[in-house]
Amino acid sequence: MADVTYLEALRQGLWEEMERDDRVFILGEDVGLYGGAFKVTEGFVKRFGEARVIDTPISEAAIVGAAAGAAHMGMRPVAEMQFIDFISCAYDMLTNYVATARYRAGLPTPLVVRGPCGGYVRGGPFHSQNVEAAFFHTPGLKIVYPATARDAKGLIKASIRDDDPVIYLEHKWLYRRIKEQLPEGEEVLTPIGEARLARAGRDLSIITYGATLWKSLEAADQLERDDGLAVEVLDLRTLLPLDDAAIMRTVKHTNKVLIVHEDTRTGGLAGEIAARINEQAFEWLDGPIMRVTAHDVPLPYAPTLEDFVLPQTDDIVKAARWLAAY
Amino acid sequence: MASRTAPTTQSSPVAAGLSRDQLLEIYRFLRLTRTLEERLTALYRQTKVVGGLVRSLGQEGESVGSAFALERGQHRDFLSPLTRNLGAMLVMGVEPVQILRQYMAKAGSPTRGREMNIHFGDLERGYLGQISHLGDMIPVMAGIALTFKMRGEPRAGLVYIGDGGMSTGAFHEGINFAAVQRLPLVVVGEYNHWAYSTPPARQFAVARLADRVKGYGIPAVTVDGNDVLAVYEATKYAVERARSGKGVHFIEVTTYRRKGHAEHDDQHYVPKQELERWARENDPIDRYVKRVVDSGWADDADLKDIDARVAVEIDAATDACEGEPLPAPESSLAAVYASPAAAERLWFRGL
Repeated sequence: MADVTYLEALRQGLWEEMERDDRVFILGEDVGLYGGAFKVTEGFVKRFGEARVIDTPISEAAIVGAAAGAAHMGMRPVAEMQFIDFISCAYDMLTNYVATARYRAGLPTPLVVRGPCGGYVRGGPFHSQNVEAAFFHTPGLKIVYPATARDAKGLIKASIRDDDPVIYLEHKWLYRRIKEQLPEGEEVLTPIGEARLARAGRDLSIITYGATLWKSLEAADQLERDDGLAVEVLDLRTLLPLDDAAIMRTVKHTNKVLIVHEDTRTGGLAGEIAARINEQAFEWLDGPIMRVTAHDVPLPYAPTLEDFVLPQTDDIVKAARWLAAY
Repeated sequence: MASRTAPTTQSSPVAAGLSRDQLLEIYRFLRLTRTLEERLTALYRQTKVVGGLVRSLGQEGESVGSAFALERGQHRDFLSPLTRNLGAMLVMGVEPVQILRQYMAKAGSPTRGREMNIHFGDLERGYLGQISHLGDMIPVMAGIALTFKMRGEPRAGLVYIGDGGMSTGAFHEGINFAAVQRLPLVVVGEYNHWAYSTPPARQFAVARLADRVKGYGIPAVTVDGNDVLAVYEATKYAVERARSGKGVHFIEVTTYRRKGHAEHDDQHYVPKQELERWARENDPIDRYVKRVVDSGWADDADLKDIDARVAVEIDAATDACEGEPLPAPESSLAAVYASPAAAERLWFRGL
């Protein structure tokens, strides 16, 4: 067992799938000789060659479109967006072409589009985005968002093996910040569509994903220490399709729900999750379903502004305390 | 690796129709750009720059030379720079203190701490800041040029694009639209050899960017981008042509990015000898100095005097803003829309 960072876990997962299956290949900007802007694919071109690790022009629509064509023909492409913010340039390809391919034409399109997401890094409005909500509304796509090193590895492997197109969102704030012991010589796979109970509790549930899992866990520890509250934390891991069963299980266990995400509030995933709880577990609720999210503004650059706009651990503590007392 | 570019156009032996004062003004902008970036590097190393730092070392000549060819001032020509066109911004009237504030995310910065580096603009003074999504400014500048045409104003737009940015769909759509509409737009394509780590051969399959652009049915020329006066002359011709209603013109400027993509990038993928050769033999400022001094248009003392004044100016600008505050947290909610004036402060902040 060795300590592995989130980034290294992702890298291992990609590497193992490239070794296991020669249909898997990588394409993206600066992924080859440079090894990717964050070094996720460092060393890949040396091991797997330029034919399977393709440096592309700055052309996101071409990257995703070419991945789709190759996927139809039996390949397993993994397309990198240098920053996930640039996936908007491939929005048409993903939502119109890729997402509908199986439904309208019976076309298998097993591809992965992955890229670094998220803020808390002073990246300004175009290197900090969370894009899940933009694709959550598109039937035909799957979306995964690992928060732990184990899931970074387990979900990239599962995404590559999945027969449908998967958007794999990785948080750059987690890349080198979190570490975990992963078993060596044993397959790490995280099933798509299954949430994980990250912390057990009885007083209140926090439903979250991505970087805010860590802020929620930190808040839960603080609430236990200072308030004697036992907070349950559910890490969604897969956003599309949502794991309704796991969500309702925690709701029925604690009867109070706080949904936390880094993305902005309006049209964010918390709204859909709240609606499902309302439909499926209304009578189990002992309080309103509440949300802690980013404010509804583009993400600004200055530390004072970014810290204000994004949800912080202290916000989660206060919101949970309020809800617990409800 | 042999460079795929060689100087193709040299400026004429006369001083491009410029006066001695103008030649010295150009020198001042070149020096100001480099000195300001050196100061930014120092601030970056002191972690006073909040995010990344983008340098234009080795490319100052094409930025300054092209922007200097515009008619500048209120409601005149209009320009949209990339992050490596600091020189063009300074020519358009941006003050060094604004750049320093912007990089340090100060409350008094042009974007009030919202955006980074030189992503900002001023519609009155005629420059528009880019966003990180490359190519987007081509259609936007086409729209600005379209407005000049619709209103019958004798104004031209100038927009920069890199050898990498030209691979985007937005570039193609924008330049094609501008060509079809015969808009008063000059597009400067910067062949600086590196799109992050990607060399030209991985970016396009033609030798010259101008070769690709000819297919849009517009004139496309290649100019030695490190010959400041050659860039000036080519741009001057193109903007006058555009202003007179003859449509879009593309100028490929050959140059070299002598720093990494940004300061974090050690550019290990760049052949060392190539880098050294461009620094030694083809620095735009060195070449400009040699040109003006050898031609007797200025002497060393004139230039040294400008260097000294620029150094004082940058020191003063740094002193003026280094201690300024960051923006107030709640100001982040303002001006998402014209109306309402501010976004909602979320419920949990009131607990």
